[in-house]
Amino acid sequence: MNNLKQTSRQANNPDIKPEEFANQEYETGFVTDIEADTLPPGLNEDVIRHISAKKNEPEWLLNWRLEAFRHWLTMTEPHWAHVNYQPIDFQAISYFSAPKSKDDGPKSLDEVDPKLVETYEKLGIPLREQEMLAGVAVDAVFDSVSVATTFKGKLKEAGVIFCPISEAVREYPELVQQYMGSVVPTSDNFYAALNSAVFTDGSFVYIPRGVRCPMELSTYFRINAMNTGQFERTLIIADEGAYVSYLEGCTAPQRDENQLHAAVVELVALDDAQIKYSTVQNWYPGDENGVGGIYNFVTKRADCRGDRAKVSWTQVETGSAITWKYPSCILRGDDSVGEFYSVALTKMRQEADTGTKMIHLGKRTKSTIVSKGIAAGHGQQAYRGLVKIGKGAEDARNYTQCDSLLIGDTCGAHTFPYVEVKNPSATMEHEATTSKIGEDQLFYCQSRGISEEDAVNMIVNGFCKDVFNELPMEFAVEANRLMEVSLEGAVG
Amino acid sequence: MLRIEQLHASVAGKEILKGINLTIGAGEVHAIMGPNGSGKSTLSNVIAGRDGYEVTAGSVTYHGKDLLAMKPEERAWEGVFLAFQYPVEIPGVNNTYMLKAGVNAKRKHQGEQELDAMDFMQLVKAKAKLVELDQSFLSRGVNEGFSGGEKKRNEIFQMAVLEPSLALLDETDSGLDIDALRIVAQGVNALRNAERSIVMVTHYQRLLDYIEPDFVHVLADGQILKSGDKHLALELEERGYDWVKVEAEQAAA
Ligand SMILES: Nc1ncnc2c1ncn2[C@@H]1O[C@H](COP(=O)(O)OP(=O)(O)OP(=O)(O)O)[C@@H](O)[C@H]1O
Ligand SMILES: [Mg+2]
Repeated sequence: MNNLKQTSRQANNPDIKPEEFANQEYETGFVTDIEADTLPPGLNEDVIRHISAKKNEPEWLLNWRLEAFRHWLTMTEPHWAHVNYQPIDFQAISYFSAPKSKDDGPKSLDEVDPKLVETYEKLGIPLREQEMLAGVAVDAVFDSVSVATTFKGKLKEAGVIFCPISEAVREYPELVQQYMGSVVPTSDNFYAALNSAVFTDGSFVYIPRGVRCPMELSTYFRINAMNTGQFERTLIIADEGAYVSYLEGCTAPQRDENQLHAAVVELVALDDAQIKYSTVQNWYPGDENGVGGIYNFVTKRADCRGDRAKVSWTQVETGSAITWKYPSCILRGDDSVGEFYSVALTKMRQEADTGTKMIHLGKRTKSTIVSKGIAAGHGQQAYRGLVKIGKGAEDARNYTQCDSLLIGDTCGAHTFPYVEVKNPSATMEHEATTSKIGEDQLFYCQSRGISEEDAVNMIVNGFCKDVFNELPMEFAVEANRLMEVSLEGAVG
Repeated sequence: MLRIEQLHASVAGKEILKGINLTIGAGEVHAIMGPNGSGKSTLSNVIAGRDGYEVTAGSVTYHGKDLLAMKPEERAWEGVFLAFQYPVEIPGVNNTYMLKAGVNAKRKHQGEQELDAMDFMQLVKAKAKLVELDQSFLSRGVNEGFSGGEKKRNEIFQMAVLEPSLALLDETDSGLDIDALRIVAQGVNALRNAERSIVMVTHYQRLLDYIEPDFVHVLADGQILKSGDKHLALELEERGYDWVKVEAEQAAA
């Protein structure tokens, strides 16, 4: 698609030979050419200026982006993750594209990978939504628009702010300026720096002091998440005593033209605040040979900035070709609590390297990690967890449980727990198990009349139960379904 | 309704069953006794279709069909049920949920309508009462953290729900306390009818005091050495197995 744009530009500039075009600097061309829909591949300061100008951003944000970019240039891509993939050419990516026009996407579901459509059907997703998820160009009128409107009214009544982050930049600049980058600094890591420089949009949530958000923040997001692009940025702030439950993603596999995704999610919980962040991530994993799947490199971090603050991350991951993801908690406030509940499933050629980091700084801070990994086919799976107990973290406690379940002989699960304790009063518990689905368990189910495939699903869902129980009700049911669909054909 | 002929089976390359012949008619109760390691569980597992048991010769015909050609779940749909000597724990899988899946798969196979949650709960509650299984077990993980005796009782409960036409009870009496034994036996007796056949593997006469068998067989070293009526069990209780073996050797000689 980018190539097409390039060609057409060349055609308009007969003076430029192809090789010259490739080396062309964008210094002047693009800032003025503000109508351009899509930037040619490549990343430099002018590209960033262009993005910022396109979005009418204030000066401080442009500078913030530029600073991030300059830092990014000094960084190298991390390679320690237990995953294998072709190196990414960051200059081959286009960093700005306006919402795709109808001509870009598939014309109808007939043009989409039939396996994907089959999955939608199995998950019971309405046709309309199937088309949106698959990126089929549909008219913008969506049945749920009115739902979204009522939803917004209700939130407004409660004083909750929930809007695209680009809107928040304009409407609530003080909040954004105060908190954005305060959890994940622009220089934090390679992908976070890149995101900071080029992020296009994402969600912003602010729950005022003492307010319990009157609903799960989900439906609305599901509808609006479609065009947030590959460098998404989310910022959630729960003020003192506030509570919010936020649901990200959906169980339907999303097809996307962008192979690389590098999102940043920042959560801030002040005194007595609680944030529950649940993710069901089911991006297109690619075909049997791993072709076409999405690379997902996301930085998710929560800062329990206040005393008695609590953050729970719950995630169910079945998608992506490559996942690299460590939702983390900084337990800064005294008596603050961090939780991480995770189910990751890898099959075919999928690889996942996930885990969490719990950084205990405050006194009597408590963290719980429950990680369930399931590998089937040629799936590879690594859990990487870091629990750090700082000097001042008197009487901190951590409980870690990592269980892996293998289906078949060609998959693998690896566990890398790291522990750093600088305060001797800490209590650490760690449990780890690796099991295969037992022949005896399968036979037991079968002897009760349950087919082998159903038995595997049942056993896997049972294995994940501790985590699914943490999901909001509607998600838990979907998660069960999702595991079943994802496991199809994984056995035998 | 079940006919086993010249059945030979091996596990891990070792021959365990060495020519079993056994015919079980509708409504009959058979007891199989025999020394440890003689192949009783192996026979039950082969009938139920467990993987890893290689049938090297012989046949098993059930209601005129070749049972050995069926998958374990197909056998269950046809009415075969095995109460395990060592029931398996499946963490996190709800006991009732698993059972409902089994019952409905069977109903589907038989062309009946699947039971909805309400109807199923009703069925389950009635059956739990029959074996005096506390309702709290219904919502626990399958055998997860159950005591030995509780697992056995759960097996009989499952049997009661699945209403098999051929029930194989592999040492269901082992590990049961005195009261539980009586309750489980009552449960089994309540299920006795003219269509349902029951095969009980047991080491002890006391089970047979409660559930009176029509036939008693001695399985030793992979063969049925002797068959008789309920009096044979009493004789075994008194004299042990050696005399049966001696008798068999003499007969062979
Ligand atoms: N997987 C296996 N690998 C090797 N040997 C096996 C296996 N399974 C069973 N056996 C052997 O087969 C023989 C018969 O075992 P089986 O469990 O059928 O005995 P049993 O009559 O039920 O004994 P018990 O009264 O102790 O329950 C035993 O010697 C046992 O060790
Ligand atoms: Mg046995």
